[in-house]
Amino acid sequence: MQAPVEQIWNWLDQVPDPEIPVISLVDLGIIRGVEWRGDTLRVTVTPTYSGCPATSVINFEIEKALRAHGIEKLDLERQLSPPWTTDWLTETGRDKLEKYGIAPPQPAGGPERCPHCGGSQLERISQFGSTPCKAQWRCKDCLEPFDYFKCI
Amino acid sequence: MATKDHSADLFEFLLRMGDNTLILGHRVSEWCGHAPVLEEDIALANTALDLIGQTQLWLGLAGEVEGQGRSADDLAFLRDAWDFRNVLLVELPNGDFGQTLMRQFLFDAWQELMLDALKGSSDARVAEIAAKAAKEVAYHVERSGDTVIGLGDGTEESHARMQAALDYLYPYVGEMFESDAVDAAMAQAGIAPDPASLRDAYDAKLAAVMGEATLSTPDDRFTHNGGRTGRMHTEHLGHILTSMQWLQRAYPGASW
Ligand SMILES: [Zn+2]
Repeated sequence: MQAPVEQIWNWLDQVPDPEIPVISLVDLGIIRGVEWRGDTLRVTVTPTYSGCPATSVINFEIEKALRAHGIEKLDLERQLSPPWTTDWLTETGRDKLEKYGIAPPQPAGGPERCPHCGGSQLERISQFGSTPCKAQWRCKDCLEPFDYFKCI
Repeated sequence: MATKDHSADLFEFLLRMGDNTLILGHRVSEWCGHAPVLEEDIALANTALDLIGQTQLWLGLAGEVEGQGRSADDLAFLRDAWDFRNVLLVELPNGDFGQTLMRQFLFDAWQELMLDALKGSSDARVAEIAAKAAKEVAYHVERSGDTVIGLGDGTEESHARMQAALDYLYPYVGEMFESDAVDAAMAQAGIAPDPASLRDAYDAKLAAVMGEATLSTPDDRFTHNGGRTGRMHTEHLGHILTSMQWLQRAYPGASW
């Protein structure tokens, strides 16, 4: 019997992002489609950044998780368009990021508050961070540096 | 009317796009572990990573269009200098940090305009890659432009170095806006803009940034060229390839 698509979404929501394991691949918004085509399951994935080194690991993790749930015929499709945007992060994902110490993306282009103390006196240290999706900021209230999830 | 087959010209165009990002990405990656401060090191490494990621998309499509079964890796690692189609600007040595960021800005400003135009390409595959890359390049140009301004309008020392970098690099800018038969074919098919058509917007961007950076752009429009047509490269390209292709040359087919 084929697993229902909602069930598969739930399974994928258990797969952590390899670089920010506190959120799942579904939270990250990179799973663009799950559908059965005959006896083959097609999962459509979009990359965050074109050079993101996690892309191949992500595909591997998806395959590993689905095989563990008994999916035998699997087709992973890369989809470039429309390009990934941080608007696709789920609300749960945004909350989990902030609790983890990463300020979630804001349309204004900078963090709303310090993920450590909630302070609003913030300054940018660098437009880039430890992974392609992050920038480095600092809180002038508690003086701690923190990562900001860039808005793209 | 029969549709003209553009695949040879399209292949050439895609090599130009992919070789620019490949060679510049490799050049910028040479800074990894050597930048003046940690934040800049990370920023340079991330920029290089974006460029290499874009290379995989452009050269991947080039291999597909060519139809000879060559992958992006085959094109990157198994061609020799005369088969590369990047502009000379991107193969020039890094020089100091200022020169690297000046070269980055001169390229980013062009790439931003080019990708913006390619988003409307009649070839959906080209438009998709451009839309993806444009988001990344928006960050690159913001950072390189800010750095050029910060260092140009900085100390006497940093100003002098940035002016020297601009004087050295500017004679390589014109090549990005040259057009030949490949460009004409791409423009006619609605696949890519005539590069010359991007020059006015580029000049305006350059004037704004250099003005704020208190730097003077040379008047002379003379340009070195030959890279994007494959007529000739500088001596520097061979040295880049020696290091970049070493592993695949020494151990053909190696993978991990
Ligand atoms: Zn704080």
